[in-house]
Amino acid sequence: MDFFWTYLWPVIVIVAQSVLLLVVLLVAIAYILYADRKIWAAVQLRRGPNVVGPWGLFQSFADLLKFVLKEPVIPAGANKGVFLLAPLVTCVLALAAWAVMPVNAGWVIANINVGVLYIFAISSLMVYGVIMAGWASNSKYPFLAALRSAAQMVSYEVSIGFVIITVLLCAGSLNLSKIVEAQDGPYGLFSWYWLPLFPMFVVFFISALAETNRPPFDLVEAESELVAGFMVEYGSTPYMMFMLGEYVAIGTMCALSTILFLGGWLSPIPYAPFTWVPGVIWFTLKALFMFFLFAMAKAMVPRYRYDQLMRIGWKVFLPLSLAMVAIVAGVIQYGGLAAGAVK
Amino acid sequence: MIAALFFYLFAGICVASAFMVIAARNPVHSVLYLILAFVNASGLFVMMGAEFLAMILIVVYVGAVAVLFLFVVMMLDVDFASLKQGVLQYLPIGLLIGGIFLAELVLVVGTWAIVPSVTAAITAPIPTNMPNTEALGLVLYTRYVYFFQAAGLILLVAMVGAIVLTLRHKERVKRQDIPTQNARTPAMSIEVVKVRTGQGLGSNL
Repeated sequence: MDFFWTYLWPVIVIVAQSVLLLVVLLVAIAYILYADRKIWAAVQLRRGPNVVGPWGLFQSFADLLKFVLKEPVIPAGANKGVFLLAPLVTCVLALAAWAVMPVNAGWVIANINVGVLYIFAISSLMVYGVIMAGWASNSKYPFLAALRSAAQMVSYEVSIGFVIITVLLCAGSLNLSKIVEAQDGPYGLFSWYWLPLFPMFVVFFISALAETNRPPFDLVEAESELVAGFMVEYGSTPYMMFMLGEYVAIGTMCALSTILFLGGWLSPIPYAPFTWVPGVIWFTLKALFMFFLFAMAKAMVPRYRYDQLMRIGWKVFLPLSLAMVAIVAGVIQYGGLAAGAVK
Repeated sequence: MIAALFFYLFAGICVASAFMVIAARNPVHSVLYLILAFVNASGLFVMMGAEFLAMILIVVYVGAVAVLFLFVVMMLDVDFASLKQGVLQYLPIGLLIGGIFLAELVLVVGTWAIVPSVTAAITAPIPTNMPNTEALGLVLYTRYVYFFQAAGLILLVAMVGAIVLTLRHKERVKRQDIPTQNARTPAMSIEVVKVRTGQGLGSNL
């Protein structure tokens, strides 16, 4: 009995929480995929998916069934183990990032002290799915795409890292929940970090597009040059896992920018009727707003050329974010604004 | 008990994948096993409460260094059959280096048993009432600030050296100059001409 309460019960609770989070997350992903297609269609004056279910609401589930029921084809020259491992790595890593994501005050599976670093580490591992897929396919286009994408993701991680450092300087903690709490102020949405760190917010948004291989930086799968990039040889369930991993990573980036810049679960107007709304609803609304921006960028901006992408990453964002780290640190130090500073 | 279970899990996978790094036939597989070993080592760091080191290990080694490893190994066409032929020839020197490493490791790990007074050399006590990220930051930027800066300078020198060695401006390669492009106006680049029938542009330009 003692064994049950000390060891087994916490494990059961954590597993139940994780399963709940995963189910909610995956259903949400199914609908942001639908929203992505609908927004894209609306910009191009099309209808988008509208056949399966009312207004096409069950389209994503129909796609899921289609992918799962198809036969997975493994090319004869492929390195079988690595070929099948790559989509798994992408998918599992993308989902693992959500373990530290606080969606409301105290609603987090692992409230660890280095939450930001954990997400940063996970997102730096995401590149392996692409490299492994490109190499294991034993084919030209996937390999070229893998090389490109590795360089792209590694480059933009650097500027994301510096953006995160500026937020950490302001919040004084690496714990995601504490970063949100540090943004709680009397001015509601004007106390959040998007206002004082606006240039960093923009850099983070663009780097997040590049990090998740979204248009206009989807050089990894540039159809016109590389057919479909690193997933040319993939079909059925493995392909679906890549798609799932990609969209979960986009969701992660939306949630992360919500936490770092848009005050997480905090209400935008800190007065009575708005503070009664549960924090998780504010969090979802803000994350959806970020996703809307992602979708609009996909619909409106033409694809970058590869050298332009590298130039903007290394020659524009890196110096800009590095300068901002120095400026923010200076302002905080000499303005006496440091969180928990030794006075 | 759960801690012990996870320790043996991480340590076991770490040792096994470290062995596979040298045993795997395919060099890309070797690098992938190396990555697995890194990830498990960072799991061991987490078990010891050094969460900052664990995350930095993943970000730096797995996220950046191992990606470059993988790049190089993927691009090289290594024929391992021919490499393995010389194994016996290099075995003695390999064993010698391995032996030296082993002896050094034993000395480092066994310091507490060999020279007990060395523990007194750790003059900055490890604080227990704050997260280790904060503790690390407090000593890194005060006590060890010069070492920290020196390490940064060494890295900077290495980086500058690598760039100087590899950057070559070739004459025939066209480069995009963004400021020049942005400074162009229609007046500078467009000329409206009247083309006479049958004569072409020859008489106008």
